[in-house]
Amino acid sequence: MVNEPKIRIEHVSYAYGSQPALKDVTLDIPARAITVLFGPAGGGKTTLLRLINRLNDLVEGTQMTGRIFLDGQDIYAPGVDVIALRRRVGMVFALPLPLPGTVRENVCYGPRLAGIRDRARLDEILERSLTQAALWDEVKDRLDEPASALSGGQQQRLCIARSLALEPEVLLLDEPTSGLDPISTAKVEMTLFALRSSYTIVIVPHSIQQSARIADYAAFLLMGELVEAGPGRELFTNPRDRRTEDYVTGRFG
Amino acid sequence: MGRHRAQRLGFALLALLSVVVVVPILFVVGSIVVRGAGAISWEFLTAMPREGMREGGILPAIVGTIALTFGTAVAAIPVSIGGAIYLAEYARDTPLTRLIRLAIINLAGIPSVVYGLFGLGLFVLFLGFGSSILAGALTLAIMTLPVMISAAEEALRAVPAEFRTVNASLGGTRWQGIRHIVLPQALPGIITGVLLGLLRAAGETAPILFTVAAFYLPRLPRSLYDETMALPYHLYVISTQVPGMPLQVQYGTALVLLILVLSLNLSATVIRSYFRRKRPW
Repeated sequence: MVNEPKIRIEHVSYAYGSQPALKDVTLDIPARAITVLFGPAGGGKTTLLRLINRLNDLVEGTQMTGRIFLDGQDIYAPGVDVIALRRRVGMVFALPLPLPGTVRENVCYGPRLAGIRDRARLDEILERSLTQAALWDEVKDRLDEPASALSGGQQQRLCIARSLALEPEVLLLDEPTSGLDPISTAKVEMTLFALRSSYTIVIVPHSIQQSARIADYAAFLLMGELVEAGPGRELFTNPRDRRTEDYVTGRFG
Repeated sequence: MGRHRAQRLGFALLALLSVVVVVPILFVVGSIVVRGAGAISWEFLTAMPREGMREGGILPAIVGTIALTFGTAVAAIPVSIGGAIYLAEYARDTPLTRLIRLAIINLAGIPSVVYGLFGLGLFVLFLGFGSSILAGALTLAIMTLPVMISAAEEALRAVPAEFRTVNASLGGTRWQGIRHIVLPQALPGIITGVLLGLLRAAGETAPILFTVAAFYLPRLPRSLYDETMALPYHLYVISTQVPGMPLQVQYGTALVLLILVLSLNLSATVIRSYFRRKRPW
C-alpha cells in the first residue's frame, strides 16, 4: 500500500537555539494516504510538520541541516517561492483559529490573496471547500455570519475548508482534534478519510487511539529521533522497535 | 470578618476611589461651564479680538488651534503608524531596535517646553520656517510621536500571533497579513493612541510658545508659513499678561478649548466603536 513518496525528508536535524528538536530524521511520506506522526510530547512532531511548509521560517534563532523534497524538488533550495510552496502545502492548527470575519471571508481569504477576484469563482471555491470539509450542510445558510459564532468542531472543519480552498496537494494537521469533543472529533476524522484518496495528509494525532484509527502509514518520533516508520497496521500491532512497542502498549507516554 | 463582608468592603472602597477620581473632573468641567457659558456668544466665536483682547471674539485662536491640530495629525499619524508597524511586525530584536525603543520611551518623558526649544532651533531657525504654523505643527508632531508610536505598537502586538501564522500558512505575505488582518484588528487601539496624542497637542502651550503662537494677531492665518494665535497660549496670555481682563472671557476661552478637545475625544469614541462593530478584515 506504500505509494510513491510525495515528501522526502533526508537527514533533517533542527534546533531552537541550543535546544535540539530533531536529530537526523529521514522519512518518506507517501502520496494520497494519511501519514501519522506520533510519539510523546516534545518529540519534534510539530516541528517536523512545520518544516514541510516552511512555517518555521517565522521563528527566529533556529538552525537546520538536511533536506526536504516535495515531488523531488528541494523546498529549502535558494530561490524557492515560499508563498507558492505554502499554497501547495496547507496547514491546520491544534486550536481552531478562524480569522476575524465571516465564514465566507475565512474560506476565501487564501484564494483572494492568490489574486482570485471573480465572485462566481469564489462562490464555487466556497461551496466545494466547505463540502469537502463536510461543513456545507451545516453552514450554507450562515455563510455571512461571523466564523466565531460556529461551534468549536465547526470552526475546525472551517479551518480545514480554508486550507482546501487553495487546492493544496498536501494537508498538514497538527493535533486538529485536541480541542474537540468526541462527536466533533469523529466528524473531522471522517472528513480526513474522505480526503485521503486525493490528498497527501500528514497529521499529528492527539492520542494513540486516534493514530491507530486513521493511520495508513505511521512514524514514531521520540525525543527528536525517528524510531520507526512503516504501514500503520504493522506499527501498531507488531512494532519492530522495543521503544515503539512500549509506547503503543501504554507502558510510557 | 467573613469573606463576604470583606469583599463588600473591598467593593465599597473601590467605588469610593472611583468617585474620588471622577469628582475633581466634574468639578473642573462644571466650574468652567458655569462661569464661562455667559461669555459664549456668536460674536465671541466668530469675531476678531478688540480692545487689547478684552472685547470681541477669539476666532483666530480657534482657527489657529484647529489648524495646528490638523497639521500635527497630518505629520504625525503616517510616521507613527509606519514606525509602529516596523517595530511590531518587521524589526528583529537588535541593539539598534532596542535603542530606538529606549529613545521613544525617553522622548515621552521630555518636558514639553524642551520640545518648544527644539522646534525653535530646528524648524524656526535652522530650517528657516520662521514662527509659523508649519514649525508649530511639526514641533507638536514630534512631541506626540512617542505616545502615538507606543500605543500603536502595543495595539499591533495585542493581535494574536496565531493570525500571522494562519496568514502565512494560507500563502499570505507578511504585508498581506498586516493589511488584511492585523491592522484592522489593531485599529481601535491605534485610533485611541492617535487621539490621545492629538488631544495633548491641541492643549499644549509650551511647544507653540516659540514656534508659532502670536501674542495678539487679530486676523486669520494666511498660509502654513504664517503665525497664528492659538487657544492654550491665548488663555495663558489673557489670564496672566493682560490687566483688567474680564474673568468671564477667560473662562469662556477655557470652555471653548474644552469643548474642542472633548468633541475630538467624542469623535474618537464614535469612530472606534464603529470599527469595533464593523470588524473588517
